[in-house]
Amino acid sequence: MAPSTSSAITLNINGEKYPLSVDHRTTLLDALRERLDLTGTKKGCDQGQCGACTVLVDGRRAVSCLQLAVAAEGREITTIEGVAEGERLHPVQQAFLDLDGYQCGYCTPGQICSAVAMIEEHAAGWPSAATDDVRPEAGPPSLTADEIRERMSGNLCRCGAYASIVQAVARAASAPARSDGRTGVAHTEETVA
Amino acid sequence: MKEFGYRRASDVAGAVALLGADPDARFLGGGTNLVDLMKAGVERPSHLVDVRELPLDDIEPTPDGGLRIGATVTNSELAAHPEVRRRYPALAQAVLAGASGQLRNMATVGGNLLQRTRCGYFTDVSQPCNKRAPGTGCPAVEGVHHNHAILGASDHCVAVHPSDMGVALSAFDAVVSYETADGPGDVALNDFYLPVGDTPHRETALPDGALITGVTLPPAPAAARSRYRKVRERASYAFAIGSVAAALDIRDGMVREARVALGAVASRPWRARAAERVLTGAPADAAVFAAAADAELAAARPLPDNAYKVTLMRNLVVAVLTELAEDGTRSAEEAAR
Repeated sequence: MAPSTSSAITLNINGEKYPLSVDHRTTLLDALRERLDLTGTKKGCDQGQCGACTVLVDGRRAVSCLQLAVAAEGREITTIEGVAEGERLHPVQQAFLDLDGYQCGYCTPGQICSAVAMIEEHAAGWPSAATDDVRPEAGPPSLTADEIRERMSGNLCRCGAYASIVQAVARAASAPARSDGRTGVAHTEETVA
Repeated sequence: MKEFGYRRASDVAGAVALLGADPDARFLGGGTNLVDLMKAGVERPSHLVDVRELPLDDIEPTPDGGLRIGATVTNSELAAHPEVRRRYPALAQAVLAGASGQLRNMATVGGNLLQRTRCGYFTDVSQPCNKRAPGTGCPAVEGVHHNHAILGASDHCVAVHPSDMGVALSAFDAVVSYETADGPGDVALNDFYLPVGDTPHRETALPDGALITGVTLPPAPAAARSRYRKVRERASYAFAIGSVAAALDIRDGMVREARVALGAVASRPWRARAAERVLTGAPADAAVFAAAADAELAAARPLPDNAYKVTLMRNLVVAVLTELAEDGTRSAEEAAR
């Protein structure tokens, strides 16, 4: 018997449940934009190379263009629409506004989602390719401009607003924590290990 | 993209059973390579068996002092793990040198080993390619091959393996574990990838239908002082044009043990045994490092547009070994203080 090529699933996005039937070929990116009217997530290359479609999956940044929607069932998804606390912008959003961390704005939702999770990765002590000594004895690396550039290298900006993006990410990373004491999104319970 | 079925497995035996004997079925890990290849029409699976939720997501010390890494551990988790960073720093560096933060969060250890070459002819279904469509020819030999193999290739295929992680695993003698319907098995990483010969479409020693369950790193005291260095065409987020994973155990100026593996030069992570033979028991100096690199690269058979890689790899090997020797001198001085 040929296997079914579609499934009825429920996606958990920004704390809300979205039941829908998907052809298995549907990426999370296309489900968000074409089926659920969550068009803040942008389609750039559709090949996992540009980062415009970055969302958080279980609190970790991921490219939604290479994530099959059917495989995202049961996972907690946060899009750019879910980053703010109501009317209160996330510190990363505020920093991008204050420091002009964009020009045309197309890559911005992905940049912001990526930065939100990247700041948590750094706070958890994760090293990067820009870290001189990755051994735990060396201690956590400070979030220098080189570290930010390396850690954000999965998000391309064709306008070349990188100088302001690096400044915005640096400011957000040093911003006071949110009311819940975390820099991340409020409804994601699992912290970066 | 062709339509396909989807099933999610909750245990290893169930995953193997769900794949069954269907040669067109595929295991789905992070999907960062497979989904991309499905969009391009290179992969046309009948159904996917999602293995992301299998209980293979731990990194645990082994009784003999090594590490056992589950197949569904993500690249991010692997590179962030304190014991990986402490005992095998070159492995953490190699993983961090690959892809982007987003992709490392998705990609799994098992999937990393099974990722396919990024040769432009392989990924373009309008082109001939012996790896994708056996017997159709290899346009890269006379075409675009500036980032293709200089070691171990054949006239049938000159593609390189893209993994950074695999290069460090090669240097540290990792062992790949798998499960089949007939039971489990193990294969050394350095025997995992098959010689190219005239069968470039046959890439690994995994039995048909086998699921990778994990990778075991044997104890390797020399690995605590190891480095991975990658050269690419831009500063970050690009595949290697050459890379080196190496470890040196130096006592009283002499090399007691050497581990060297090369990336982006062959169809598999290339363990540099000839270089290691030159290094072992020899003085840890620049002349020996150069002789070791030359010994390995004597077998190089570059194409017209990738001969630069021979020089690049020679310089890279010497540079990494020199850094390791300096690291050793520095830590010996610190210990003496």
